[in-house]
Amino acid sequence: MTKALDEIKIGGLGSSRKRVEDNRFIRGKGNYTDDIVLPGMLHMEILRSPLAHARIKSIDTSRAWDIPGVHLVLTGEMMATRNLAWMPTLSYDTQAVLATDKVRFQGQEVACVVADDPYIAKDACEAIQVEYEPLPVIVNPQQATADGAPVIRDDKENQPDNVIYNWEVGDKDGTERAFAQADKISTLSLHYPRSHPSPIECCGSIADFNRATSKLTVYMTTQAPHIIRAAVALVAELPEHMIRIISPDIGGGFGNKVPVYPGYVCSILASILLERPVKWIEDKTGNLISTGFARDVYLEGELALRNDGKILAMRMHTDADHGAFFSDAQPSKFKIGLMHSTFACYDVPVAHLTARGTYSNKAPGGVAYRCSFRVTEAMFFQERMMQQAAYDLGLDQAEFRRVNLVRDDDFPHRTPFGFLTDSGQYAKCLDVGLEAIGYQDFLRQKEEARARGRRLGIGISTMTEPLGAGNSREYDILGIKMFDSAELRVHLTGKAIVRTGARGQGQGHETTWAQIVSHELGLPADDIVVEEGDTDTAPFGMGTYASRSTPVAGAAVAMAARKVRAKARRLAAHLLEVSEEDVEWELGRFYVRSAPDHGVTIQECAMAAYSNMPDGMEPGLEASAYYDPPNLTWPFACYIVTVEVDPDTGVWDVLNVVAVDDCGVRINPMIVEGQIMGGLTEAYAMSNMQFITFDAEGNCVGSNYMDYLLPTAWETPGFELHEVVTPCPHHPIGAKGVGECAAVGGPAAYVNAVMDAIQDTGVRNIDMPVLPDRVWEALTFRRDVSGAPPVRSDG
Amino acid sequence: MTTLYDERAGTDVPTRRITVTVNGETRVAEVEPRLLLAHLLRQGLRLTGTHTGCDTTNCGACTVLVDGKAIKSCTMLAVQADGHSVTTVEGLSGASELHPLQEGFKDEHGLQCGFCTPGMMLAAKALLDRDPNPSEEDVRWALSGNLCRCTGYQNIVKSVLWAAAKLRGEAVSAE
Amino acid sequence: MYPSRFRYEAPTSLDEAVGLLHAGGLDAKVLAGGQSLVPMLKLRFAAPELLVDINNLPDLDYHHVDAGGVLRVGALCRHADLERSALLAERQPTMAAAAPLIADPLVRNRGTLVGSLCHADPQGDWASVMTALGGHVVAYGPNGRREIPVTEFVTGPFQNALAYDEIAIEAVVPAPKAIPGGGYLKLERRVGDFATVGVAVAVERDRGLVVSRAGIGLTGVGGSTIDARAAADALVGHALSADVIDTAADLAAQAAEPRTDHRGSAEYKRNVVRTFTARLLHRVAETEERAA
Repeated sequence: MTKALDEIKIGGLGSSRKRVEDNRFIRGKGNYTDDIVLPGMLHMEILRSPLAHARIKSIDTSRAWDIPGVHLVLTGEMMATRNLAWMPTLSYDTQAVLATDKVRFQGQEVACVVADDPYIAKDACEAIQVEYEPLPVIVNPQQATADGAPVIRDDKENQPDNVIYNWEVGDKDGTERAFAQADKISTLSLHYPRSHPSPIECCGSIADFNRATSKLTVYMTTQAPHIIRAAVALVAELPEHMIRIISPDIGGGFGNKVPVYPGYVCSILASILLERPVKWIEDKTGNLISTGFARDVYLEGELALRNDGKILAMRMHTDADHGAFFSDAQPSKFKIGLMHSTFACYDVPVAHLTARGTYSNKAPGGVAYRCSFRVTEAMFFQERMMQQAAYDLGLDQAEFRRVNLVRDDDFPHRTPFGFLTDSGQYAKCLDVGLEAIGYQDFLRQKEEARARGRRLGIGISTMTEPLGAGNSREYDILGIKMFDSAELRVHLTGKAIVRTGARGQGQGHETTWAQIVSHELGLPADDIVVEEGDTDTAPFGMGTYASRSTPVAGAAVAMAARKVRAKARRLAAHLLEVSEEDVEWELGRFYVRSAPDHGVTIQECAMAAYSNMPDGMEPGLEASAYYDPPNLTWPFACYIVTVEVDPDTGVWDVLNVVAVDDCGVRINPMIVEGQIMGGLTEAYAMSNMQFITFDAEGNCVGSNYMDYLLPTAWETPGFELHEVVTPCPHHPIGAKGVGECAAVGGPAAYVNAVMDAIQDTGVRNIDMPVLPDRVWEALTFRRDVSGAPPVRSDG
Repeated sequence: MTTLYDERAGTDVPTRRITVTVNGETRVAEVEPRLLLAHLLRQGLRLTGTHTGCDTTNCGACTVLVDGKAIKSCTMLAVQADGHSVTTVEGLSGASELHPLQEGFKDEHGLQCGFCTPGMMLAAKALLDRDPNPSEEDVRWALSGNLCRCTGYQNIVKSVLWAAAKLRGEAVSAE
Repeated sequence: MYPSRFRYEAPTSLDEAVGLLHAGGLDAKVLAGGQSLVPMLKLRFAAPELLVDINNLPDLDYHHVDAGGVLRVGALCRHADLERSALLAERQPTMAAAAPLIADPLVRNRGTLVGSLCHADPQGDWASVMTALGGHVVAYGPNGRREIPVTEFVTGPFQNALAYDEIAIEAVVPAPKAIPGGGYLKLERRVGDFATVGVAVAVERDRGLVVSRAGIGLTGVGGSTIDARAAADALVGHALSADVIDTAADLAAQAAEPRTDHRGSAEYKRNVVRTFTARLLHRVAETEERAA
């Protein structure tokens, strides 16, 4: 009897195979954008505005042109003659490439210089003289909508004020009626502060226009090369087939590398004008001050409650500060992304959400940083409201959640905002988490410590989130549907190559997509090479962000592999000289049902596809699949954090972090855990130290790494990870997304823990980051602490 | 000889000739004093394994060893390396063998996007050269000048401890 | 990210270095560890015409205690040398506490204590430590050596008392006359951050545990380093009882001149000064009592 292949040994699903990508990274042989050198390449630097809102009176570039080694100085005026001073955004707005009339945020691009090397380019930037006339500055939605507020987007027709949109979803009247019936109404107001994904590698591009071939090649730090190709085709009016976008190795994305940035556009124009490759690599200040930030949303939330803890209704208003241009990459139907996935894990009968978006004198963005399209905000608001509601009712945090969590047999479950969640074991995850943290013991410890003047706290965060945008009925960006794709070709010796429309930035696609093929075909994963990122060769996809790749591109890989297997079955029948109905499959092998020892390997089928086809069969063994997901996937997580707060300084230390994640079938457990730990660290960063704010003049505080703080190995706590597996009922391999879960659900766990440690003060909210001085203020004055801009100062 | 600015025509910029031993090889270069060591390595010598991630000496992606000490190459002028020896990530492995740190990072999933990894490994090497048996706390402290956005550090610590064990001749888990 | 152009010299003797500074005029800067200067060059906050690199000057990388008990730290002694110094751990608790808290381990491999004093950043840690210890800086110029007390050496934010053609070659801590105790506490948002608040406490106590000398230096809560003299004086002649400690802590908080900014309110920072001063003094009191 032939022994069946061991799926783990060959690197199939569930194997924690080591990563293919590592081989080059550990040798320092990664190929990041700034590593690439092209013959004759020049360097571009950007001159940025020091003011947040000002009219440009004049720009004098003459001294810059005079510096030896300078080849080109571009201003907005020059861009305007080519219709390139403004470009469309992914949210149907427009964004300045180089400022013409006004600058609208500190750090906005005003001019750029192309020179022999970046040192000279920087010298030349310094030599450009710009005269500004300052204008009043807006740094929050209240200022934006105040009477007499200056209109920031006076460049737009039909824009009389600073409001971008008003949006609503849910049942307003039904919610009002439910609130009227409530035993208790719990309210919460807070600000989810502006933050920034800040991958270590900054954004950049090398544009190379070849006059001889009329082809434009752009190497670019982008998570979505095909979207970029489409955008460049529209903006630069070059034919799409003559544009090649290559996304090489990327040093972290987290959503920061999805938008189209002015630097890219300038480098492309410069290359076309100079007919030489032009490299633009921004510095960290440029990255933090001007590229796609995250969050900056204000919440007013209310829960209508019954005394026994049942939620009767939920009402939420969100106010999003989008900065100077509405440039978010998100499904176009939803102005505030998937904010309305809030409370999806709870059985809430009726709910209403209103959302407003406004302009301000800050960099554009909002959707980024592992947010799953605003789901970070949605789940943070949810779990902060849940904590306060439990306190208001005098109920235990865990039990209050348990009363309301959707039960296992309630699936499929329609949320009040129309989402359909399809699977989960929510209560079990909660139980696993409570057991792991030692919940009852900790509550006792907390009481004992309190008697001795020490403040311990525990915070819980449970959530399910929508990952894998998304079905073509509802999801599109700029009208392009959000499917994804895979092409699989098996060579004659049974080795294979798979290309997808995704673009990993550390998630390990080169390792995991091969595992899916291995699972479907029984080819050893080591025999499969994975390529992504070159629009000339990769099938069309909407890129990797919002944790959509395993749900969508991964599904496409499985479907392509199944098409290959179907053809291989016909080849097998031919080789085995039986009819197809008599052929059975086991991992890596077809065999005759009535004579199991009589079989052929998948490799033998591959060879046959090139050398021994049945009559009428097209040679070769390959297939492509474009996958339109039927629904989003719905992973669930329970995060529990314990802390101790120093009452004299407000400093808090994390004692333990427990994470329970149910993301369905795990392709590579090692990689999944890595993603979760990364997300828990970003959650810690957001809750503890990381934010961007502005003073009253619109000066950005947190525009470099001295003030925008990422935690180091020293502060970052250790993590205890647990797993529950509820397969996704509609995904080909039962997998759900996971990359962002911990960043989405994590922050509330940390914040709730600190708030729990000071609960006796009656303080309902301290805005993130929960800095020591804010904790001290809450403890000393027994008042809520807001962190919204403008940041206070002595003047 | 490496001349950094090949296409500068007619400029009168004083440069300095420096001799630096990089990964065991003597390299000579003509550089402007303002050239950062990180740029000498990346652009001049085409050793792109050393990365630059910030502009305020915080992230540590540019970490190299100078005379065995881990330093941020973006905060040292190339001219200051004259007469000294520099080790970059390219000099970690031998011709055919990986350094145990490199093996450890792969075995323990100590990297995701890979951008901070060269700097992390060199800072870790400086630690292990000094202390072959560090505790977890020692490792976290020694790496507190190197930022990582992807991993959450837990696996990086495991990677370094794996390498330390292997260097001490102990048995380690293998691929 | 890219400094503007400058001339560069790497002298091999002290006199040569001084000569270059003298000829270079007001637009020359000394380069030692470079961990404060090079970042400023990169952001173009500093654009000197000439850089005089003193890293090749011989015999400046020492730190030692002489027969009389005086501690001397040479201009090229790196923070990391002090962090790992058994000598400091044994003899100078305030310095030993501060050394690991300077910046991060990589910066500590290059940066120097003397350089840090010269840089005179109000958020610099060593100036507070040296203030608390009553130390001084040795300057060397065309007219030879002179000694400048640290309290007079730092003249304002990023300003020091050196003449344009002088180099600081050594920092000196006087020999303790009694049993030294003390420490440094730094409130930073994470490793490598500048101090939101830093407090350096250095006391000497006689065999009867009565304080015979005290110094308290404050980081980050004023235009430059603050010498909390009244607070320190309040300790002299007393044992470190809870009341004495409280008084000193209050006085230290009053000496602070913090500003409200994104790191916290002025009130908060004063509170941290009080808390840290008290904690450090309590620790000193407990150490000796345990040993006694």
